[in-house]
Amino acid sequence: MGPILFCVFAVLLISSALGVIVNRSPVRSALSLVVTLFLLAVIFLFLDAQLVAALQVVVYAGAIMVLFLFVIMLLNVQEDRQIMTRLGMRAGAAIIGALFLLGAIRLLIHAPSAAGGGMTGATPAGFGSTERLAEVLFTRYLLPFEVTSVLLLVAIIGAVVLAKRSLE
Amino acid sequence: MQSRSEQHHGERDTEQTLGASPAVKRRVVRMWTEAGIAAIKALPVILMVFSLAGILGWVERKGSALIQDRIGANRASIFGFAGAGLVNTLFADPLKFLTKEDIIPLRADRLLHTLAPCVSLFPVLVTFAVIPFGDVLQVGGRTINLQVAPLGIGVLYVLAMASLAVYGVVLGGWASNDRFSLMGSIRGSAQMVSYEIGMGLSLVSMVMTYGSLDLQEMVRAQGALIGGWIPAWGILYQPVAFLLFLCAGIAESKRVPFDLPEAESELVSGYFTEYSGIKHLMFFMTDFVEVTVVAALVTTIFFGGWQLPYLGRDGFHFPWGASLMLPQVIVAVLQVLTFMAKVFFFCCFQILIRWSLPRFRYDQVMRLGWKGLLPIALLNVLATAVIVLAFQG
Repeated sequence: MGPILFCVFAVLLISSALGVIVNRSPVRSALSLVVTLFLLAVIFLFLDAQLVAALQVVVYAGAIMVLFLFVIMLLNVQEDRQIMTRLGMRAGAAIIGALFLLGAIRLLIHAPSAAGGGMTGATPAGFGSTERLAEVLFTRYLLPFEVTSVLLLVAIIGAVVLAKRSLE
Repeated sequence: MQSRSEQHHGERDTEQTLGASPAVKRRVVRMWTEAGIAAIKALPVILMVFSLAGILGWVERKGSALIQDRIGANRASIFGFAGAGLVNTLFADPLKFLTKEDIIPLRADRLLHTLAPCVSLFPVLVTFAVIPFGDVLQVGGRTINLQVAPLGIGVLYVLAMASLAVYGVVLGGWASNDRFSLMGSIRGSAQMVSYEIGMGLSLVSMVMTYGSLDLQEMVRAQGALIGGWIPAWGILYQPVAFLLFLCAGIAESKRVPFDLPEAESELVSGYFTEYSGIKHLMFFMTDFVEVTVVAALVTTIFFGGWQLPYLGRDGFHFPWGASLMLPQVIVAVLQVLTFMAKVFFFCCFQILIRWSLPRFRYDQVMRLGWKGLLPIALLNVLATAVIVLAFQG
């Protein structure tokens, strides 16, 4: 049952990811991205990562993408307006995309042997649960966690300062 | 010795090749039984939600008439029974919606226009999966948890679905290719994103109070008694969080006083102006299902869910010493009825609010969300953290 469901969701995920770049309408592209992020959360569920899946939906599919759509609707971006017209931009995008693809292929070929059986080992009890994740986050990774939150706070204050200045 | 084990091994191989290994068979049977039980639990929940939405339609009509000193829906009476208006909203109205013409405006996005009502109804309906409607039911040696999906991350799941609910509004407004609709959906998305934060933070303080994300655990924790006779319901510990949650919940369901996305006097009907027939019905249903969701969550988190005071798993245990033993099935039925009564009470309470308050202005809605709810919710989280730590240490 598990592998079949995984295949179904993986195919759906890849096709909606393709939809992001294939659709000509910006709104439809953004909506494909919402579906992609939601399906990614489903894939996280297959990995026993319930908390990560929920946060993925709350933060990315539910909050960030709403702001994307909000901006697209407010600016009323039209379909016929091509964003990437210059050849240099297209070439740059193609090179970066190719590099990512190569990296992914390399990982696919080498990972199982390099991981030393880490991929096949059984997950410990309570793996991916909120309690286990919080325990690790607030003991072993406490400093990075707190530094990240300070970084986000700085970004929020920066955004407010910039917005206020343009109002005055 | 060796030959016997080989022989045994051979037997198992043939069994597996025939596809009839008893262990596998048992696992498949168990899987289907679990799936069947889940389906049987989900069906009445869905039916209850849909019929409650219909009943609320009637309660709202009659209730608003009562509040405004009118007679209200009085055209339907079967054999002199005036309550037949209920039959009207439950059967005649949906039938009428179903048979109406479905109009898609010219130059609208046909696919997204059709998808929007479904996207709006889906997240609200699936929220009910994690809401416990009873403790456990023991049938034939099997203990059934009266909750469709016992998720460890219950509260986060609720928040995730609440955050997806905004897409129905956004899509409906944008796909209609209409200025009123677009205005409505822009207002709606801004409002829902703003109030999600207050709602999330009020739930954070509740999670800290109960020490769990699981809604069923939360309800069980509320079964305790303070000083031996006061039920330990969430509202007694967190009255501020209750007010914040109720306020944010009503704002999320986009009803008066927060109905700016559909403000009739300015935007015709807001984001669903261009909808007719069954699609309009689906947006209409979303409204009432959202009311039910908010009522169910308020009940579950702040008012003891299915807990009937002094009712334990084996019967009543009153604080004055008397006790009344009851069979397990009756206890379960009493719990489900208690839950439904509480939910119905909070639905009616929301309808009362809807017909008592005038609509806020847009800037007032935003100010209340960001400068009112958000700071109070943050302070409440801080105070909760201090108190929880003080009691632990």
